[in-house]
Amino acid sequence: MFSYCADPKTLEGLAWLSCYLTNGVHMKFYWSFVTVLVLLAITAPVALSFGFAGAMASRSHFPPLAWLGRIYTAMVRGVPDIAFFLFFVIALDQGLEWLRHHAMCPDWKEPIRQGANFLVCPEAKLPQSSAPQIWHEIYNASLAIFTFAIVFGAFAANVIYGAMNAVPKEQLETAHAYGMSNRQTFWRILVPQMWIYALPGLSNLWMILIKATPLLFLLGVQDIVYWARELGGSKTSVFAYPHPDWRLYYFLFLLVFYLAFTRVSEIALTRLTRKLSRGQATMAGEAQRKAAA
Amino acid sequence: MSCWETVQAYAFRSFGLGERLLPKADITLCEQVTLIGSGMLWNLYFGVLALAAGFFLATGLALAKNAQNPWLRKPAEWFIFVFRGSPLFIQFFLAYEAFVLLPKVGVEFMLFGIEFNATTKWLTRAWLGALIVLFLNTSAYSAEIFYGALRSVPKGDQEAADAYGLSGWHKFRRITWPTMLRLAWPAYTNEAIFLFHATTLVYFSGFPAWKQMGDALYYASYFADKTFNPFVPYPLVAGYFIVLTLIVITLFGMVNRRLNRHLPQAQKKRFRFRPQWIR
Repeated sequence: MFSYCADPKTLEGLAWLSCYLTNGVHMKFYWSFVTVLVLLAITAPVALSFGFAGAMASRSHFPPLAWLGRIYTAMVRGVPDIAFFLFFVIALDQGLEWLRHHAMCPDWKEPIRQGANFLVCPEAKLPQSSAPQIWHEIYNASLAIFTFAIVFGAFAANVIYGAMNAVPKEQLETAHAYGMSNRQTFWRILVPQMWIYALPGLSNLWMILIKATPLLFLLGVQDIVYWARELGGSKTSVFAYPHPDWRLYYFLFLLVFYLAFTRVSEIALTRLTRKLSRGQATMAGEAQRKAAA
Repeated sequence: MSCWETVQAYAFRSFGLGERLLPKADITLCEQVTLIGSGMLWNLYFGVLALAAGFFLATGLALAKNAQNPWLRKPAEWFIFVFRGSPLFIQFFLAYEAFVLLPKVGVEFMLFGIEFNATTKWLTRAWLGALIVLFLNTSAYSAEIFYGALRSVPKGDQEAADAYGLSGWHKFRRITWPTMLRLAWPAYTNEAIFLFHATTLVYFSGFPAWKQMGDALYYASYFADKTFNPFVPYPLVAGYFIVLTLIVITLFGMVNRRLNRHLPQAQKKRFRFRPQWIR
């Protein structure tokens, strides 16, 4: 990065540190923070829409759909989320390859499961073995995002379902009295009012989602935990920047990063709550109305 | 090997008893059920001990956070903030790396007439190191729950206690503390459930599974690796955990009934599993 970094063996003190912290692998480390943020930014809305769909399904008057919604929301309650993470990544991968196998190689005779092997025809492999490295990484990351979205969607469905039930019944009855159809009542009356009841639960969920991002490491994404372990491990003099085991400091840095992230989120969510409370038929909304009057 | 022999060989494998080698080929359903069940013993061990010890630290922390004195309040606030604001996964990694760097010292001491030989090496083993992290972590989460409950103890209760001449320790032990527990109990039940779930992280986060002695999820991922079939071991783990969750809810429900026994029926707060309280 800097011109004096050409020969790190001759450097000492701060100069060495500045070169060390800006070398190529560290740039990858810093980029992995961006990766985590991007994954979060994609996962959160996807999980929210899964949750919304789950809550809508649970409220459905068509029994099979309602059961589906209920099962989906109930499944995360008793089982550790990390078990779901480990399960879905393999299950989704095998499921996709199985589907492609049946679609692409109808005359493949051998069974797919042979003892401890899962064999599909080469055309059905995902991603293709000839694909460049970047596709493998994107495929892994999308599997991870989808897995996160399924699990957190179930939590969100629970919260949103509760919030929909918390909207005062009179509001819906009034809407019906004005001649609104079920659909109109849902979209114009229920959904706009539901968010303030869902917000405490969803804020909590956002915090949990942030704190779940290091688990991406377990799903094979090269995230900040992966790089912290890689970079922190002791390096012999074969490397350009030899140093003893510094993993403690790297993890300390990650800890501080997460503390700052959750703190900032907390402040932002408090502001959002205040904003959303405006004009609502809740205690907080009433307090704001009185303060303004 | 018949199923009963498998059970005899692997039932306590997670604690290093019985067969030394894990099944490698031709893995049967019986082996999976037995070994994953054996791993559940570790989840129980971590969960029960961390909860039991954490309960007392959490009470202390909640009181400290509620204190007027900043020398008590600030450390408690920071402790709770650090452990609640950062991922447990990172805490495990950090603790492990810190414990590894500790100098290796051993101390001998007598306890109940038996000579013990404790070394700092134990801290790098999951049974002690991870237990300490889980203990501190659950203390922080429970302390926040208890603190919230402490803040909502009815003012009238306190005034009534004053009127009856109760003060200090007696007032706390007989009035404030039971009410605090009663108010906090539904949320604390959730915390207990999620603590048991969090115990599955131990063997995936720095702490190595020494001699392949791991928890339920460790064995499940072992089987998923060996058979390349996730559809058997993970549902098994799920089944075990659902049973565990139901047991926790039952036990905590019994305590809840006892805490609420003086209240009229209609006022009793039933426990509802609401993920608003997830950690």
